[in-house]
Amino acid sequence: MSHLTYDQSKTIANKTIGILAFITVFEVLFALLGKGYLVEGFHISGWITGGVMMVLSIVKAYLIVYEFMHMKYEVPGLVKTVLLPTLLLVWAIIAFLAEGKYWGTSRVNVKNTVSQVESVE
Amino acid sequence: MASDTLAHDHHTDTHSGGSWKGGSEPFKASYGKLMMWYFLLSDAFTFSGFLIAYGALRFSMPTWPVPDFVFSTFPGGFHHLPLLFVTVMTFILLASSYTMVRAVQEGHRENKRGVVVWMMWTILGGAAFLGCQAWEWNTLMGKEHMTVTTNPFGTHTVSGTYLEGDGHDIKEGDTFVAGDSYLMHKHEGEWAPLKYTITDGLDKGKEGQQTFGPKAFGALFFFITGFHGFHVLSGVAFLLIICVNSATGLYARRRNGYEMVEKIGLYWHFVDLVWVFVFLFFYLL
Repeated sequence: MSHLTYDQSKTIANKTIGILAFITVFEVLFALLGKGYLVEGFHISGWITGGVMMVLSIVKAYLIVYEFMHMKYEVPGLVKTVLLPTLLLVWAIIAFLAEGKYWGTSRVNVKNTVSQVESVE
Repeated sequence: MASDTLAHDHHTDTHSGGSWKGGSEPFKASYGKLMMWYFLLSDAFTFSGFLIAYGALRFSMPTWPVPDFVFSTFPGGFHHLPLLFVTVMTFILLASSYTMVRAVQEGHRENKRGVVVWMMWTILGGAAFLGCQAWEWNTLMGKEHMTVTTNPFGTHTVSGTYLEGDGHDIKEGDTFVAGDSYLMHKHEGEWAPLKYTITDGLDKGKEGQQTFGPKAFGALFFFITGFHGFHVLSGVAFLLIICVNSATGLYARRRNGYEMVEKIGLYWHFVDLVWVFVFLFFYLL
């Protein structure tokens, strides 16, 4: 439970929604800019735009969880039991994306083998 | 550490032999709020599973539909407005999250009228979001013929010149380069992939034709946005129930700062949180 007064929490909520809205607009414009929609012939590498947007999305997630869901005002034990398990996802993401890449290469190899067999016949 | 001091005070007050021996709330949160947090944690893993599957399948494909090409329609017959409609949807959900925060704050100061009014705005936002999603799905399925198993959004892997037009965006003689997106159309109920002459690479001079995009795209899109939409739908249902209960004075009698509103608030913000990542992976990247 927060020790903030009604007016204090109202100010925080107003500020938070402002930042969230700003980040969202920035993300969309940045995505469109990177893909060359806004300035003719101007592109940004997908790795840069992707990285920036992932960081910004994590900032948005932080604001929603910590301010809107009041995680900031909960006791440390509660925060840890909810947030620490999500760290397991870090490995899940790395492992499954690597696996996905591997599926891609295997698929290409299977196709090539098939076409080689067909041409021999 | 203000909270540690409080915990200590509480401990000496009750003489119950520590927070874990019963009689007091270990995390200073009621069981209902605590269980809502753990439910949301498990739900976060479900959504992560879906989104990671999306990432793995996307990484396994040589091409993937370009979101700013796929999601570029807007109600009123507008086309070629990349990401505009989903940005509007995002703002609707963000706004409803804000009105939810306000409802919880009014609840903390036991202001029944404030709770009901702000919750009604939240319900309206949730319903508006669902309406937008219905329109988006209807456009994709009804007009663009994307289904769970069919994905007409393809990406060219070679450059070429079209030998025919489709009566929509592509005309005979239009040229394209590798990486350009296309939407395959139906002609009189049948798929009508356009023929083109390849103008570069090993197959230069040969004839090619449009093919379907990665099949998994449709299934992933409908399942993930559908699962999220189902969360919004059930959220709206619970919001309605809790709004009515607030209006009848049920929670005012409990004198616990409208904790039920706080709990549904947690759920509602979580739905918004998930949308942040659905928006990131499906539309921005």
